[in-house]
Amino acid sequence: MSDTPVDTSKRTWMIASGCAGVVGGAFTAVPFVSSFQPSERAKAAGAAVEVDIAAIKPGEKMTVEWRGKPVWIVRRTPEQLAALPKLDAQLADPKSERKPADQAPEYARNENRSIKPEYLVAVGICTHLGCSPSDKFTTGPQPSLPDDWQGGFFCPCHGSTFDLAGRVFKNKPAPDNLEVPPHMYLSETKLLIGEDKKA
Amino acid sequence: MAEFHEVSPNASAGEKLTNWFENRLPTAFEAYRVHMSEYYAPKNFNFWYIFGSLAMLVLVIQIVTGIFLVMHYKPDAALAFASVEYIMRDVPWGWLVRYMHSTGASAFFVVVYLHMFRGLIYGSYRKPRELVWIFGCAIFLCLMAEAFMGYLLPWGQMSYWGAQVIVNLFAAIPFIGPDLALLIRGDFVVGDATLNRFFSFHVIAVPLVLLGLVVAHLMALHDVGSNNPDGVEIKGPKAPKDGKGHPLDGIPFHPYYTVHDIFGVSVFLMVFTAIIFFAPEMGGYFLEYNNFIPADPFKTPLHIAPVWYFTPFYSMLRAVTDEMMYALIACVLAGALFAVAKMKMASVFKGAILVVAAVVVAMMLAIDAKFWGVVAMGGGVVILFFLPWLDNSPVKSIRYRPSWHKYLYAIFVLNFLVLGYLGMLPPSTIGGRVSQAGTLFYFGFFLLMPWWSRIGTPKQVPDRVIFAAH
Repeated sequence: MSDTPVDTSKRTWMIASGCAGVVGGAFTAVPFVSSFQPSERAKAAGAAVEVDIAAIKPGEKMTVEWRGKPVWIVRRTPEQLAALPKLDAQLADPKSERKPADQAPEYARNENRSIKPEYLVAVGICTHLGCSPSDKFTTGPQPSLPDDWQGGFFCPCHGSTFDLAGRVFKNKPAPDNLEVPPHMYLSETKLLIGEDKKA
Repeated sequence: MAEFHEVSPNASAGEKLTNWFENRLPTAFEAYRVHMSEYYAPKNFNFWYIFGSLAMLVLVIQIVTGIFLVMHYKPDAALAFASVEYIMRDVPWGWLVRYMHSTGASAFFVVVYLHMFRGLIYGSYRKPRELVWIFGCAIFLCLMAEAFMGYLLPWGQMSYWGAQVIVNLFAAIPFIGPDLALLIRGDFVVGDATLNRFFSFHVIAVPLVLLGLVVAHLMALHDVGSNNPDGVEIKGPKAPKDGKGHPLDGIPFHPYYTVHDIFGVSVFLMVFTAIIFFAPEMGGYFLEYNNFIPADPFKTPLHIAPVWYFTPFYSMLRAVTDEMMYALIACVLAGALFAVAKMKMASVFKGAILVVAAVVVAMMLAIDAKFWGVVAMGGGVVILFFLPWLDNSPVKSIRYRPSWHKYLYAIFVLNFLVLGYLGMLPPSTIGGRVSQAGTLFYFGFFLLMPWWSRIGTPKQVPDRVIFAAH
């Protein structure tokens, strides 16, 4: 190191230009970080999907793809619908009051979590860590399920269970009920998933 | 510029050539002396000291086989699975290159876990080797990132759903989580965009960081000198030295330890090739059976478990349930009260501890257990970085610690293996309870180390390393 004293005016300008360089560098990072976001094509793939639900028989499920996720359409039988209110005591959030905006659009915030009581439309992805639960529509005792099972869904990854309205049972790893996507009926048997009248 | 060095005109052609290069690139010759022919390593190394060189060997195997795999692999969600099968069936010797790479991943973790255990028992992380240890922990983190992102590439069911679960872990972070998960995936679910970016990270970004860290690890090691099983400094001011200032308890790395390591490499390669040829899937532990089914975003396999080297940390993730949160809150409160009641410090600090504990408990009550599970899993790795400052024992090596320390370390290893075993199994009530106890023990081992490492009378540490000529 030399013994000449620091030229403070030069030092000040050096610090100032250094700071300007850092700001420039930070702005240069913006396009690179932004490129991690979903591309325009991925967003376009999020467009609404039209589904014909005429073929689903009572007690059956149909899966369609929306934004790369499985969306279930379940046609529930009158018995299955009648069993739903009885389960309230065993559920973590029977009325979907925790984060209601994330769980379901306003028109699906009812006992059945659907527009038409018969049809449940829900995203088939567990709210715990994103596995896809399997169908367990048969009632009664069976492996990994309680003896008074009324039909619903079981997540194989960490054992969360959901009823036929996609509501999560108590003391399970999943914190929330299954998400109901925005959807609307175009006609009696035509369903549009991903868009509702609001939009 | 350095002085130009002339050799006698009668010197051999080899000597002249060497001299020509040494005059033009003295740095390379200096590096050879500093790191090989004049790097003095303690002469009492035992077999635990083989794993550092073996880790380097596996790194080279992974880089070379990786280069060849990239020549045939297609990072495209529609083509990836088939391209791996193409490598396995149609590319000449492709199966061997692929099995070397997949077995190499597991071998890397075997070797690195043993290497870390060596550091743990001989106190190789203690002053002045803190940075060697920290660079090593960073290498371990990079390896985990490499293994996780590499596992997505074959685009099988386990690749897909494993990535789905782990990326969703980030979504558990309050406020920024969901956007962060979206940024990692580049799509609303794991898809083509995710595969492409993981490929880029796996083949170029992380390996570059990894190589830089390996260089830093070795430079820091060679600057401070290697530790040894006795934990005696061979280059300290009081250590005996010869006329040239070289330590009497050290021997040059080359040729002594290069030959020693070549023997270790031979034994390692026998085991490594036996696995590649006879059990490349290792009964589903190195390559999981579900990964031979192409990824299906609509169907989750019945049982999802990470590959064996992640399972101890995965167990910690699963151990944190709503019930476990109460136990953890009790631990935080007990720790804070103990600090206030027993430790000697200004009352301002005691007040601060109570406030921090209250804030932490409030957060623990407010945020989902899922998030704290992620914290536990990450914390299990991050806590290793702090080891140099947690250990207060007056001696470095386990050889001179009080005897009960050996049992404690044995329980620590056993506990880690049990956590690893439970992490492979589907969730169960008993397994859950055991992994909760195991998680508490794992963190207790480290967090209480400043206290327990001081207890007991250490044995007399010798002045020089224990070594019998052979």
